[in-house]
Amino acid sequence: MAVELGVLGLQGDYAAHGAMLDRLGATWHVIKKPSQLDGIDGLVMPGGESTTLIKLMDSSGLWKAIADYAALGKPVFGTCAGMILVAKDVINPAQRSLGLIDIGVERNGYGRQIDSAEVGGIFRDAEGNRPMDMVFIRAPRITRLGDGVEALAECRGDVVMARQDRVVVASFHPELTDDLTAHRYFVEMVA
Amino acid sequence: MSEKNGHSNGHTGTLRLKTGLAEMLKGGVIMDVVTADQAKIAEDSGATSVMALERVPADIRAEGGVARMSSIELLREIMEAVSIPVMAKCRIGHFAEAQMLQALGADYVDESEVLTPADEHFHIDKFAFDVPFVCGCRNLGEALRRIGEGAAMIRTKGEAGSGNIVEAVRHMRTVTDELRRLTTLRPEQLMTAAKDLGAPYEIVRMVAESGKLPVPNFAAGGVATPADASLMMQLGAEAVFVGSGIFKSGDPIVRAKAIVEATTHYEDPDVLIRVSENLGEAMVGINIDTLEEKDKLQTRGW
Repeated sequence: MAVELGVLGLQGDYAAHGAMLDRLGATWHVIKKPSQLDGIDGLVMPGGESTTLIKLMDSSGLWKAIADYAALGKPVFGTCAGMILVAKDVINPAQRSLGLIDIGVERNGYGRQIDSAEVGGIFRDAEGNRPMDMVFIRAPRITRLGDGVEALAECRGDVVMARQDRVVVASFHPELTDDLTAHRYFVEMVA
Repeated sequence: MSEKNGHSNGHTGTLRLKTGLAEMLKGGVIMDVVTADQAKIAEDSGATSVMALERVPADIRAEGGVARMSSIELLREIMEAVSIPVMAKCRIGHFAEAQMLQALGADYVDESEVLTPADEHFHIDKFAFDVPFVCGCRNLGEALRRIGEGAAMIRTKGEAGSGNIVEAVRHMRTVTDELRRLTTLRPEQLMTAAKDLGAPYEIVRMVAESGKLPVPNFAAGGVATPADASLMMQLGAEAVFVGSGIFKSGDPIVRAKAIVEATTHYEDPDVLIRVSENLGEAMVGINIDTLEEKDKLQTRGW
């Protein structure tokens, strides 16, 4: 089955996600308004500034449209700011979120840009554990995993990628590396 | 930081991390602010980042005198007030100001022609820093020289504080045209192209192959309306800096929100119309023809 993916394109590094999906041979569309969600089988929420994205999602009607889309059980993959937007609880400072996955998130949990880092982590799936290069940029930190949330990757003693039902999140930026593992995981989940 | 946390396998200050933060700012608006209150207004209006400075370019132009990096107190207050990245300007060539901005925790340093240059011959060696730098340019050669020195983001210089978009348009078009021309050259022509551009050969070769700058390319200098932001995005800018255009206008909050919307939906005239209605007074602009060469900020740097 050919799947149609969407990448939220209001602000942030959505083109970098698109380039990863291109490399996997997946079809994708930039999503800037609610009508563009029609027929989308999986939605990527990219890195960017979460405070900015909240405002642009409100004004475009995409906040409600994405909540409705996810309520149908459709897949979502959020990285960095995208993860903040879909988490259940957000602190530092507290801000509203879609609550699509039962995790707690601390914004800028690893510090400012000067603390941004490229770090080796471990990704695990049915095939076992494997090393993964991870890029953290003013990254949020996952501080709590709810029941039913599965840890998919760890780094520096923290869970950095997680899944609940059909919602996947990463606190790092797989789209800024050459490693297609995270995107392939999502595309296979959608298919 | 990774060292301090007891992990030794992390790398900080890499080019990927520097350009990576610029990637996160794409499609957004970076706003000049001179107080913590303005920074909060900018954040609440949807800015992706704020640029801390002592005086906005329009005031620097009007008041004259030496324009320097912002005060330590101001930068601290702004970093405390907002959760978005905080950028700060240092003078061209003033690596001591840049060292202080890095130590204070600024997320990006703008080695900016808007401030009074500290060195008439040399820009900062930006590879010596972990904090990323953005630099202005008027043409491709200038962009590639700054990238050759380690800049992780390029912006047009435009004419800061003029409220007139014409120079930013000229600079963006010049960079794009020169890029396009490079891609048509045969390999044996590239060394001469590098000589003519005054740019590093290796970067010229890379750019000739890819057809784009190796770092994000933003617009700055003269953006005053939502339509200006849309114009620059359609000309190829990946995000927009607004200096005097917001807090020198009649209603900064409304205008800030409007420029944020316009930058995202730059290709949608219906959105542009909606956000441009009842905007209040734009900043008073300056006709570039009436500016004497010595009063142009864009001629600072080389």
